[in-house]
Amino acid sequence: MLGQVGSGLAQLVVPALVGQSSTGSFWLPPPDSVASGAVDHAFHFVMYVSYFFFALIFGLIVLFVVKYRRRPGAEAVKTAKSSLALEATWSLIPLALTIVMFYLGFVGYVELRSPPERAYEISVLARKWSWQFTYPDGTIDNNLHVPVGEPVRLVMTSDDVIHSLSIPAFRVKMDVVPGRYTRTWFQGKELGTYDLYCTEYCGTGHSDMLASVVVHEADDFRAWLKAAGDVLGNNPPAKAGEILFRRHGCGSCHSTDGTPRVGPSLQGIVGQTHAMADGSSAAVDENYIRQSILEPGTKIRQGFRNQMPTYKGRLNDQEITAIIQYIKSLN
Amino acid sequence: MANSADGKLSETNSSAPLNYLNCQRGFLSWALTLDHKRIGVLYLVSIMASLGLGGLFAMLIRAELIAPGETIVKEDTYNQFFTLHGAIMIFLFILPGIPAALGNFVLPIMLGAKDVAFPRLNLASYYLWLVGAVFFLVALVTGGLDTGWTLYVPYAFQTDTRVLTAGLGAFILGFSSIFTGINFIATVHTMRPPGMTWMKMPLFLWSLYATAIIQVLATPVLGITLLLLAAELVLGLGIFDPAKGGDPILFQHFFWFYSHPAVYIMILPAMGIMSEVIPTFSRKHIFGYKFIAASSVAIAFLGFLVWGHHMFTSSQSVMAGTIFSLLTFSVSIPSAIKVFNWLATMYKGSIALDTPMLYALAFLLLFGIGGLTGLFLATLSANVHLHDTYFVVAHFHYTMMGGTLIAFLAGLHYWWPKITGRMYSEFWGRLAAIGVFVGFNLTFFPQFVMGSRGMPRRYHDFPDKFAIFHFLSSLGAFLTGLAMLTALAYLLHSLFRGRRAAANPWGSATLEWQCASPPPKENFTEPPRVGDPYDYDNLTYDAENECFVPMNASP
Repeated sequence: MLGQVGSGLAQLVVPALVGQSSTGSFWLPPPDSVASGAVDHAFHFVMYVSYFFFALIFGLIVLFVVKYRRRPGAEAVKTAKSSLALEATWSLIPLALTIVMFYLGFVGYVELRSPPERAYEISVLARKWSWQFTYPDGTIDNNLHVPVGEPVRLVMTSDDVIHSLSIPAFRVKMDVVPGRYTRTWFQGKELGTYDLYCTEYCGTGHSDMLASVVVHEADDFRAWLKAAGDVLGNNPPAKAGEILFRRHGCGSCHSTDGTPRVGPSLQGIVGQTHAMADGSSAAVDENYIRQSILEPGTKIRQGFRNQMPTYKGRLNDQEITAIIQYIKSLN
Repeated sequence: MANSADGKLSETNSSAPLNYLNCQRGFLSWALTLDHKRIGVLYLVSIMASLGLGGLFAMLIRAELIAPGETIVKEDTYNQFFTLHGAIMIFLFILPGIPAALGNFVLPIMLGAKDVAFPRLNLASYYLWLVGAVFFLVALVTGGLDTGWTLYVPYAFQTDTRVLTAGLGAFILGFSSIFTGINFIATVHTMRPPGMTWMKMPLFLWSLYATAIIQVLATPVLGITLLLLAAELVLGLGIFDPAKGGDPILFQHFFWFYSHPAVYIMILPAMGIMSEVIPTFSRKHIFGYKFIAASSVAIAFLGFLVWGHHMFTSSQSVMAGTIFSLLTFSVSIPSAIKVFNWLATMYKGSIALDTPMLYALAFLLLFGIGGLTGLFLATLSANVHLHDTYFVVAHFHYTMMGGTLIAFLAGLHYWWPKITGRMYSEFWGRLAAIGVFVGFNLTFFPQFVMGSRGMPRRYHDFPDKFAIFHFLSSLGAFLTGLAMLTALAYLLHSLFRGRRAAANPWGSATLEWQCASPPPKENFTEPPRVGDPYDYDNLTYDAENECFVPMNASP
């Protein structure tokens, strides 16, 4: 902890306050998408103006307090009670600066909201508390894989409440609203793996609703997509089940190491008998797991709430079988 | 406070003349009082209790976030902490704080009047506040609330916490706020004394007047929104729920149409306190009176036109976003005008760093940072990056806490001698002010850094790269809490042991300093001399009694 604090303090004390480069500044992460530049440009302009005005306010306060502090024999000196020239100065200069800020922000915003026509389209489904990215060939993943240097358009909707998709490295954020489609886009500039957060509060698992954005070389991306496409064909059942478990975001709520989270842990669960919230008890077998995936509300373990959405229509029978194989392998 | 006032007065009855505290005794004399000063005191005690409760939740939030992973509670409990912290602080403390507690006490006396225009309406507003607070407490103990104070749908329809109870509480609190607003508007219009024209009113009254206009015009929209929400929860109408064909974004428009103007209900009275404290402790006439007064009204008006800046990433159209951004920048100008005028007031003054002035200087710096970081958020493209991150959390704490709470503390210390008749310890006062200032910055400045680096708000857990900022932030919060407790301790102590306050301990020129401390029941025994509220020429320091007296009066 102390080491962490120490290195963190160093980070704070030695800030490249004015530094800005392709590796990011003290304030902003590296600008790794095409539109980041315009956003950072506006941010830094406002930042310099803010530094100036803060220094001005702070400086004047210190100066006045030191120079005019109350002491015996020193009276306040009468000065003008108002001055139109001064009022005009400190109204019009800020006004002019804010107009520049508005313009810079507007230019960047239009860029963020206007995807190029020939963008690669990925559909996004948000639900408590995982992301599902569907590619044009039907492949589904819980992380966002994209090719570098190619504009990517996200068409997003939600199954339950409002979520928001945020990728700080790309300066992208857009709410994901049930009952309508929202859109955003970006174009990755550098290979790498970036954080993707849910930034609209959505309940218990809000802070676990995370994903990674993986920016591949174009060829690597096609290869990844091909391999990811046929999970059941390319893997033995338990392995395929593990991949599906991850892709559908099951791990946001169910651990595989015995720790209870939003839902029960799945480690060693098959063969056990559990007390249910309604007072009954149930033995965990293949049919129990199948029912819990398709009709999650029918049997709720004691100590847990009815929070899980149904996976009916999202998983077919073969996929459920593979997931059951995977859960059995955790014993 | 009622008890302590009684305790103190029993020893003084023989020597002290009758004042509003000792003229009547017993529970009913407080519960049924129509005296604006007693109602002000009732409000003061109530909102400070709310501040304590809201502050407790703040400490719990920061304790959970001091390190990554689960520290003291699970997600669901944490979600309740931040929701209750926000809801209590906003609805029970900041909104009524300055107008209903300090404003109620000071406004009629500043006008040289006996009371507000509608004393019964004033008492009714207090009882509505109490009922609203009870609804909040019932919600708190019967299942809590985990929607965030914003009650966004459709989450609010899906949670099993007490949305309806808390919503009704906010509805009732809204009427309490409307009653105060109506009362202040009527009082300022009809009860100004001869010689006090609109342009000779103390600026605190201008700010309360502008606030009252927002309270009366905006709060009904909150009422409508909450009724629609209740109709949907109880009757199943599909207004906002997409599952029933409703529009969740419509709710956000409704909500912010009230809640953004409400931000100015919170900050305008705070600015009014600055306009009293800074000239008094600089012994300088306020600079740019007309511009400060007009900027209050301008802020009240423009505040109605900017709600959409909360929704730049909500899928609102680019056109709407553009217009709201432009309008939002326009609000920054009157705020900047005020700050510069206050600074100009200090120029060549005689600046005394008493506790109220320390808080006023803290306000200038903290509200300065709050205002400047607002420019980042008004900038469309930067907003997309910063929205719903800790940058926003830090920004509104710099304005609401660094602004309103700090100004409330300035006002509380400034008028404390008038309200209680006692002086608090100046040493402890200054120490606590410095503690609050340092603790506050340590809490919230790191939040700007992690926010601009992407840390989302309302997270129970966070990646390790943000750990240092959360750690510092928690440390700062505990320091702030300690400083606030210190302030509570010496203020309470002063009620029993504090030196007796003279009529005018700071040398202020507004009318409330012409009556005794504490004021008699009807405020003035003789009509006050109405003059320029910022002309300090006729006041001279009486070193023996440590107070200011009029030049022409014999000490």
